[in-house]
Amino acid sequence: MPIMQAKKRYLLLFCAFLASVYFGCYRKKSEEVLSEVCTLPEFINVGAIRTGSVGRRKERSTIENTQLCRMETCFDFTKCKNDFKVYVYPSDENDSEPSQSYQKLLNVLRESRYYTSDPTEACLFVLSLDTLDRDRLSADYVRNLQLRIQKLPLWNNGVNHLIFNLYSGTWPNYTENGLDFDYGKAILAKASMSEQHLRHGFDISIPLFHKTHPEKGGNPGFVLSNNFPLNKNYLLAFKGKRYVHGIGSDTRNSLYHLHNEQDIILVTTCKHGKNWKEMKDERCDEDNKEYDRYDYEVLLQNSTFCLVPRGRRLGSFRFLEVLQAGCIPVLLSNGWALPFAQVIDWSKSVLWADERLLLQVPNVVRSISATRILELRQQSQVLWERYFSSIEKIVFTTLEIIRERLPQQWIREGLIWNNSPGALVTLPNYSDSYADFPFHAQSYSDRFTAVVYCQIGSPVVPSSPLYRLVSNVARSKYVSRIIIVWSNEHLPMKNRWPAMPAHVTLKILQAGSDPIKTSISQRFYPHPLINTTGVLSLDEDSLLTTDEVDFAFQVWKQFPDRIVGYPARSHYWDDAKGSWGYTSKWTNDYSIVLTGAAFYHRYYNVLYTEWLSPLLHKTVEQSQNCEDILMNFLVSHVTRRAPIKVTQRKQYKEQPLAGGWSPWNDPDHFIQRQTCLNTFAAVFGYMPLLRSNLRLDPVLFKDPVSNKRKKYRQIELVGS
Amino acid sequence: MLLKIPLPNSPTCYKNFFISIILLIVIIYIYQLTTYTKVNLVYYDKVRLVNLHKLPVKLLEDSVKKPAILNKKCTYWDCFNLYRCGNTGHDRITVYVYPLKKYLDGRDASSVISKEYYRILEAVIDSKYYTANPNEACLFVPSVDTLSQDNLQTNFTTKILNNLEYWSGGENHLIYNMIAGKAPEFSPVVELDVGNAMIAGADFDTFTFRTGFDISIPIFSPVLKLAEEPEINYNRPWFLTSSQISIDPLYMQELEDLQAKTSNILILDSCYYHNYTKRCEISTNQPYDYPQILQKSTFCTIFRGERMGQTALLESMAAGCIPVIMMDSPIMPFNDVLDWKRAAIFILEDHIDNTMTVLRKITPQHVREMQKHVRFLYNTYFSSFKQIVETSLDIIQDRVFPQWGRVYDDWNVSPDDRTSNPLFLPITAPRAQGFTAVILTYDRLESLFILIEKISKVPSLMKIVVVWNHQRKAPPALSKFPQIAKPISVIRTKANKLSNRFLPYEEIETEAILSIDDDIVMLTSDELEFGYEVWREFPDRIVGFPSRTHIWDNVTKSWKYESEWTNEISMVLTGAAFYHKYWNYLYTTALPTGVKNWVDDHMNCEDIAMNFLVANITNKPPIKVAPRKKFKCPECTNNEMLSADLGHMVERSQCVDFFTKAFGRMPLQSVEFRADPVLYKDPFPEKLKRFNNIGSL
Repeated sequence: MPIMQAKKRYLLLFCAFLASVYFGCYRKKSEEVLSEVCTLPEFINVGAIRTGSVGRRKERSTIENTQLCRMETCFDFTKCKNDFKVYVYPSDENDSEPSQSYQKLLNVLRESRYYTSDPTEACLFVLSLDTLDRDRLSADYVRNLQLRIQKLPLWNNGVNHLIFNLYSGTWPNYTENGLDFDYGKAILAKASMSEQHLRHGFDISIPLFHKTHPEKGGNPGFVLSNNFPLNKNYLLAFKGKRYVHGIGSDTRNSLYHLHNEQDIILVTTCKHGKNWKEMKDERCDEDNKEYDRYDYEVLLQNSTFCLVPRGRRLGSFRFLEVLQAGCIPVLLSNGWALPFAQVIDWSKSVLWADERLLLQVPNVVRSISATRILELRQQSQVLWERYFSSIEKIVFTTLEIIRERLPQQWIREGLIWNNSPGALVTLPNYSDSYADFPFHAQSYSDRFTAVVYCQIGSPVVPSSPLYRLVSNVARSKYVSRIIIVWSNEHLPMKNRWPAMPAHVTLKILQAGSDPIKTSISQRFYPHPLINTTGVLSLDEDSLLTTDEVDFAFQVWKQFPDRIVGYPARSHYWDDAKGSWGYTSKWTNDYSIVLTGAAFYHRYYNVLYTEWLSPLLHKTVEQSQNCEDILMNFLVSHVTRRAPIKVTQRKQYKEQPLAGGWSPWNDPDHFIQRQTCLNTFAAVFGYMPLLRSNLRLDPVLFKDPVSNKRKKYRQIELVGS
Repeated sequence: MLLKIPLPNSPTCYKNFFISIILLIVIIYIYQLTTYTKVNLVYYDKVRLVNLHKLPVKLLEDSVKKPAILNKKCTYWDCFNLYRCGNTGHDRITVYVYPLKKYLDGRDASSVISKEYYRILEAVIDSKYYTANPNEACLFVPSVDTLSQDNLQTNFTTKILNNLEYWSGGENHLIYNMIAGKAPEFSPVVELDVGNAMIAGADFDTFTFRTGFDISIPIFSPVLKLAEEPEINYNRPWFLTSSQISIDPLYMQELEDLQAKTSNILILDSCYYHNYTKRCEISTNQPYDYPQILQKSTFCTIFRGERMGQTALLESMAAGCIPVIMMDSPIMPFNDVLDWKRAAIFILEDHIDNTMTVLRKITPQHVREMQKHVRFLYNTYFSSFKQIVETSLDIIQDRVFPQWGRVYDDWNVSPDDRTSNPLFLPITAPRAQGFTAVILTYDRLESLFILIEKISKVPSLMKIVVVWNHQRKAPPALSKFPQIAKPISVIRTKANKLSNRFLPYEEIETEAILSIDDDIVMLTSDELEFGYEVWREFPDRIVGFPSRTHIWDNVTKSWKYESEWTNEISMVLTGAAFYHKYWNYLYTTALPTGVKNWVDDHMNCEDIAMNFLVANITNKPPIKVAPRKKFKCPECTNNEMLSADLGHMVERSQCVDFFTKAFGRMPLQSVEFRADPVLYKDPFPEKLKRFNNIGSL
């Protein structure tokens, strides 16, 4: 035993020695390094830091090289002081018709809320001369453009002009800035731009779109479900031409290396143009045969990833096609400045492959996790639907990017641009705070403002529906203000109104004699008195109990981006008439919740008033009707969701006294609404309304428990 | 002798046999060892940053070749040699740092590197991208201090760089530079002939920055630590402060014009006795401590001077002061990935007179958001050389491996604010796909078969997956199952775990899962079909029948589980609920381990865990469908069951309490509504209602 102990003792001693040596040295070493670092000089002499004067500014403003254009050197901001308006040159009768695409683009601009016919109030100018196709070999090529543009009195070397272009350069080099005219200081909105040629913060890259690309509305994306994991027949697909020789042909020529006939299908054909046979190489016949075995549409639908290789130019039609299909784009187009990359974060929806590493593409694609695929695929649909599915969206996005560059204009952060519903329906002048919009955060006040629209203006007596409505709403503990919008001339006496509880204020607004102000759209005016995010919109003869008001408000707080209310209606497609129909019958689903008794976010007031096309406002004004349908169109368009109906109540108005006039018992009223529905669908370019199969009731609604346990007892008594 | 196979009947033979085998193994081992060392004979030592004043000397020879000047046309696609990267089998870039040397030629000698460049090299070496092996390096960082043009001997440094062992025209070399250009030109790019090298510079403007190739970094300030504040102070006496020393007189004039109209603008400049950490008010000469004074201002102007990069930018950000960038064509630090719109205000040099209009328009709420974001950016990317270097390397990493790259939210949203609903596309799920019923069962065959019969009548049912959780007893043959028109698959599990019901089985081919207990036989076909309809409209939520709620118990100071008839619900039990298959995947892969173990240990609360998981990610409550039912054994009302029930409730409450701690918050939300068919209880012919058999007890 003593031996063992001695052994142990020595061992311990040895360990201690080792430890001391190790730690001692270590400490010494690190101290040494520290002291060494302390002796090093600093990279900057703090005492000498000065900002100094900016000599270069003047220098730069005299630079006449338009290739170095920036907003501050080539753009006249003084033209944009008042408003962001776009002037479109009138079409000259002597000119040939512009191409179909350019015609659509001009239509969109002329019908938009940006448009002005007065060049003196315009900030941006758009030519009526077609600049889309600048390939000399093309049928749409406009000749003598240089001369014609020089003749325009407002041209001013392109200052504040916006030039749209899809194709530049021609065979064989397809030079990127070969537009065949001097665009001077004009901003280029051009497809297939490269990072190198794009004038930073000035030019805008747009996507290449087909002649058939819809003017407005646009087709939805193909993704209808979010299966996980995504099981598609093919992993990666491509079907297209290859050019055999010349610029941009290398990538497509070598795709056959990756084609494995199983999960990677990359097929090319040499057939294009008249004399392809003269240029063909030894692979052409084999490739052509393989090419015919696959159908493009089938590949699009059945592949997880789709290759988007460059063609003669950097961009290709395939980019938008693939995006719409929800087939995740795999880009092989080195140096391409992706469309709207200033604001869109493409890394959320595309994969960059590298032309230099073509053979790596299968590995890259296989390494993407199922979760990432789920994200990429959904985001491709968000981007497609919000910015690319119609010419209108592409043009508006271009304009909004330019608008955000102007001094004193509101800007939107990337979170808004890159999330549904996107920047085009998020008006930054409403609020600069992300949380104020109904879409993203769940921030809402615990109070709401009730807006009662009085179109008829019946006298206010305790027995009148309006009197009862106002006192019912005032009893809600969530209401903070009741605003009466009185469109009639004769204002009732102040003391006629029911007494308000302490936390509620009553305000009466009278619409003036101005015809626009008396428009029925006035009920949706974003009045500064509305200081809560929640708005309860009511008609003067709506019937609602306090419990109903409270319950609907609780539901709305969970769905602040939707219309939540009582009376519901539906739309349907009438095959016989080939048009949309409107019904108030009892159905198993609904798509409209009338704003006579509904909650919505006050932001929609702003969108309704400022964002909708003037054509839509005109329709409402002329008919003095349909404003509620239009609001439903708007909200469904923004959210891509149906409204929400709460509880059983369907009749929300008292039957008018015999002989009493109400716009709702007028038979024309109904036909008018049907017409509205069709007009709105035409102007939106599609039917945004969506159906729902459910309604929301209180948790214990009509359950066999004592009424005393139920929170919303009045609702139990309300029939339908 | 070794190869001779011994006879197995004598003990010596055994011994010899074993010895020979051991010998053989040893020989093989030694052989392998020698060949191994032959292959990897070269060892690479990590560069050590020591003995800075006694560095090995390298004599530079005058090369005949003239060094290539900076290639202004470079892009990532044609100047960056991609083939150097990723060929080591790594998923990341590799960065080599040249060993420190003292360079000499006939006339000049290199001086020691600066403290800051030392920090940069240190950060590169400590980063996950560092490699000691130049042959497998994708990026090269020279150990020659290029941080400040003011300290550079231009020609000599160019010469050193061009003499670097792996230079090859600057290809894949990264030159860190914070002060570029000399008087009087003040070029925004460092004046070195570096050919195709990338520059991580702080002075770029949009004319000189090679997008996608160069990297924009901030200029570091030695006094940064003095400016930092422990937490954001939102109440600041000054609205706008200008603190840079000797700014352009034209701008000073504009500032004074602004000040004449508004009272709380503070304009500072150098004091009479110049000291960087003291500033004086320009008219009263009142002295202030710099940069601490920046903590007292909401906005801080950053003017362009002779150079684009201004130390005031990071100083303001450290002090939580929102920078107001008064520059034309600036390239902000890390502009490739950071969205500066969230943290700074940009004003063109010709529009300085509008500054107050722009700033006053910003709502107080947004000012706070920006202040928070300034702090987030500073703390994440700018507060040390380590962060600056790592961020610059991260950016290159994402260029080389874009498929694994970070996206907008990863860079620009602080982790606390990140909301990432994985099912964010606003779609109503298609009816045609239908749902898969997943039934967890042990051995209650009778009720299982009744259930299968019943749910087979639901029109949108596509398939039934039976998860057989009994290990010792085999499930009955499929032929014994009720014969229904829909496919059934039976999955045998390896252990009797509740989490088996939430595995993302391949057999589930639809988006929608109906998770249902084997004893829930009371739901009608209409109710289930309607439940599926509701789920289609809310595909990211749990949509189902039995609901529960949680309440805060003020006495025990803990969360309580509640199954009474209440006006609120916050959970829908997965004993009968529809939800998206993706949640199964997340339950299996992303549930906090504590929660997962708890569920398996207690054989309970897997349904509560699922509700926590979904609510925590989506911030949305579940949806209860149709009126309440009596779910579990309607006849058991005797006392014995009641006490068992009580114990059950206690355990469930413990679950809620424990999960809240494990998730770090209470994610559940209570709502007061449920979903019914549009015509529920309406006086309307039942035949015309799409769902009429709803709500029977």
